[in-house]
Amino acid sequence: MILVWLIAILIFAGAVAPLAARWNPRAPRWIALIATLLDLGLTLGIWAQGGDGSTRWIKQVDWPWLPAFGIHLHLAVDGLSLLLLMLTFFLGAIAVLASWTEIQSSIGFFHLNLLWVLAGIAGVFVALDLFVFYFAWELMLIPMYFLIAIWGHERRQYASVKFFLFTQLSGLLMLAAILALYFAHGQATGVYTFDYLQLLGTPLSRQAEFWIMLGFVAAFAVKLPVVPFHTWLPDAHSEASTAGSVILAGLLLKTGAYGFLRFVIPLFPNAAHEITPVALALATLGILYGAVMAFAQTDLKRLVAYTSVSHLGFVLLGIFAWNPLALQGAVMTMICHGFSTGALFVLAGALQERIHTRDLSQMGGLWNTAPRLSGAGLFFALASLGLPGLGDFVGEILVLLGVFRVSTGAAVAAAIGVLAATFYALRMVQRAFHGENVHHWRIPDLTPREGAAIALMMAVLLWLGLYPQPVFNTFRPAMDWLQQQVNTIVMR
Amino acid sequence: MHRVEIAALLPITITTLTALAVMIGIAIKRSHTQAFIGTVVGLAIAFASVILAGGVPRQVTPLLMIDHYASIFMGLIIVSAAGSALLAYRYFELRDTQPEEFYLLLLLATVGAEILACSAHFASFFLGLEILSISLYAMIGYLKERRHPLEAAIKYLILAAASSAFLLFGMALVYADSGTMEFARITRAETDTWYPLMTTLGTTLIFTGVAFKLALVPFHLWTPDVYEGAPAPVTAFIATVSKAAVFAVLLRYYNSSAGEHAFFVILSVIAVASILVGNLLALRQTNVKRILAYSSISHLGYVLIALLAGRDTGNQAVVFYLIAYSMTILAAFATVTALSGAGRDADEIDDYGGLFWRRPLIGSIFTIALLSLAGMPATAGFIGKFYLIAAGAATEQWLLIFVLIVGSAIGLFYYLRIIEAMFSAAQPVAPVLRPISVAEGAVLVTLAVIVLWVGIYPQPILAVLARR
Repeated sequence: MILVWLIAILIFAGAVAPLAARWNPRAPRWIALIATLLDLGLTLGIWAQGGDGSTRWIKQVDWPWLPAFGIHLHLAVDGLSLLLLMLTFFLGAIAVLASWTEIQSSIGFFHLNLLWVLAGIAGVFVALDLFVFYFAWELMLIPMYFLIAIWGHERRQYASVKFFLFTQLSGLLMLAAILALYFAHGQATGVYTFDYLQLLGTPLSRQAEFWIMLGFVAAFAVKLPVVPFHTWLPDAHSEASTAGSVILAGLLLKTGAYGFLRFVIPLFPNAAHEITPVALALATLGILYGAVMAFAQTDLKRLVAYTSVSHLGFVLLGIFAWNPLALQGAVMTMICHGFSTGALFVLAGALQERIHTRDLSQMGGLWNTAPRLSGAGLFFALASLGLPGLGDFVGEILVLLGVFRVSTGAAVAAAIGVLAATFYALRMVQRAFHGENVHHWRIPDLTPREGAAIALMMAVLLWLGLYPQPVFNTFRPAMDWLQQQVNTIVMR
Repeated sequence: MHRVEIAALLPITITTLTALAVMIGIAIKRSHTQAFIGTVVGLAIAFASVILAGGVPRQVTPLLMIDHYASIFMGLIIVSAAGSALLAYRYFELRDTQPEEFYLLLLLATVGAEILACSAHFASFFLGLEILSISLYAMIGYLKERRHPLEAAIKYLILAAASSAFLLFGMALVYADSGTMEFARITRAETDTWYPLMTTLGTTLIFTGVAFKLALVPFHLWTPDVYEGAPAPVTAFIATVSKAAVFAVLLRYYNSSAGEHAFFVILSVIAVASILVGNLLALRQTNVKRILAYSSISHLGYVLIALLAGRDTGNQAVVFYLIAYSMTILAAFATVTALSGAGRDADEIDDYGGLFWRRPLIGSIFTIALLSLAGMPATAGFIGKFYLIAAGAATEQWLLIFVLIVGSAIGLFYYLRIIEAMFSAAQPVAPVLRPISVAEGAVLVTLAVIVLWVGIYPQPILAVLARR
């Protein structure tokens, strides 16, 4: 029941926001902030309470929706979903704070879109019915499109249409695959259902399993993104407003990774195992390509966007290494990437608001005029390059350790990627904050509001870097279960 | 005639009587409001009679078969016709013309469409089609002082007449061979293997005539001009009533002579061509009515996939998609009508610049309609597309599904172009905005609610479809 509330609160608050804007233009901001914080509180409550240990699922609801098709509103959280939900609402609140002064036009409609995209993402993370999952998957697309197309930067039209097209096309392939699975299961067992738990272990011929999996992989590979399908990402990230970038990088990409973990591997273990070499190759390619491209960028947001390609390569690598260490690393990287990259986009947005450019060559020497902002920039750049003691390091080192066991080549290549991260991250800090202040910028430093948001993210990253055990404990049952699924395949 | 048969015929009878009543009313006193109210009330009663009379399938004379699907289609036709009538009132009010006879034509066209939906015989098929088409010629050219409507009417007249000729010749061939005009008996005559050549040829010609009416490629050339030239409420009528009625008869005919591989291949090719050509040609248009015209070509192509899939799922998917599509396209044309000033229809994309910011309600409703056409979730179009893909997947028509997916992706471009314009900061060059009337507002909001409701909770409609 509480899972329905989580989403209903966001939808309701989103619907109220434009109406409240007539009464007071500041009201939508507060409504959005309260709604996201309320949801964050509720998920923290679920987390503190924990499951009763009888099932993997900490909370569950299962209501009939369209019984004619065997569609149920089946929502559930396990440790993995719960962590991602917390990330969603945390970054949601950050996104509201980050756009507090940036968004000045049609504030009500902006927050409607912001809250509804969060609702869609939350829906993706809790759906255990493939129809509901697809519904939420597509639903988050429209508000995201508006967030980019209306409040974005110069080339927002191009970026938003490209984003929409990539996701929608791959999404429809997934829909076809979902339906194929639905009928395959129905014909084999006589039960026509979209329920994930029932669809697990559907007997499929080798070929059918491969093609159906490919439909799912198409959707997730575009979102993650896996390298040849990533071209929408730099455009969308750099043209979106700050809140849009934070949500895109921090959350939307995670839905792709989540899709691999929740659906591709458990539903199609054999076929997924077969494509391991390709996945590993594409993952390492992504790590290196993202790093090299990031190094070459002069647009600050574009740079950060390419670092996402690189980091999400680690996630894919971890998922397809098929061992517990790497899996834990992948999940850890997903979470930490949300905080570190989200924070970098917040800082890039704060900079753009002050100096009206994202061009690194226009910056330089900002440390003297805005020390807190620059210091924060350095902190998150270090997190991003994987400095020990911060969260990202934990994730990446686990992925590397796990991958090393299965493929030395991939591990070495990925390690080179970590090295490359040092170059682009430090170059970014150097170009933006150090050196001569040739353009004589005199800008206000972080406001208390921005400072609080940034400080919170720093604290979380430090905590994840120094004492990640509670997080591991949370997603352990989910990962153990996944590992069992995997073992039966790998052993064979 | 038995009493229950009379009851089953009620929707058609009531619509016909309404037409008569409106005609007599006009003869006594010319009053736009009176004709309008008479029409809407008559259609409302006809709709109620559909619900009351719908039930057991009933063959009324060899000509008409009033079964479950016929009832659903008649309901859809009446609702769409009423929607068009509600839109027409203000539209013609603003234009210096005598609008009363328009409602007469609209009612007659509706009668034709209802007969088509029930027809199980070549005679009723042809009669219904001609009643519908002849009324449409006059409706399209109703604003006779203007050039575009007249041009559109002549185009429609010539092409529809040509297609009727095809249809008639096809029927003659089938009749010559099988000796019957009843759909059901044609199949029964040929139980095994292959149709004789003449029947095959005849059916092909019949499909050609039907494809003209449905504007399927390669018989689609009239569509953009007629959609653009016709007054917006009439375009709405063509896009909903005429398409649904002709598809109803196609569904019945195809199901009665189903299982024919020759037709399967031909119809598959037509479906693929319609989806791709319709979507691709829409890309370059700058006129909203033309975009919707080309998009209708592709949407009818989508529906063909479900028709080809056959079985219960396929048939239900056809009906569901047509309902979803009709409500959505009606909402779209309602927006166009509501924005059209006295001078011309608001049909250029530029007319929609910044619409959302100036008119949030209309802008939102048009956005919902376009998103539904694009098949986004929480709209009727999504469930419709889902149903189509499900029908295709159930019979493993992977190629057709793939074409549908590619077509939908192309379609996004032009739907998003209109949406982009509405949400942009641009102002239209020559604003043609006017305040909307209460009826228009009511139609718009009702349709938007229907589109969303069907998209989120289609269970009631699914239940009706599943009932046999």
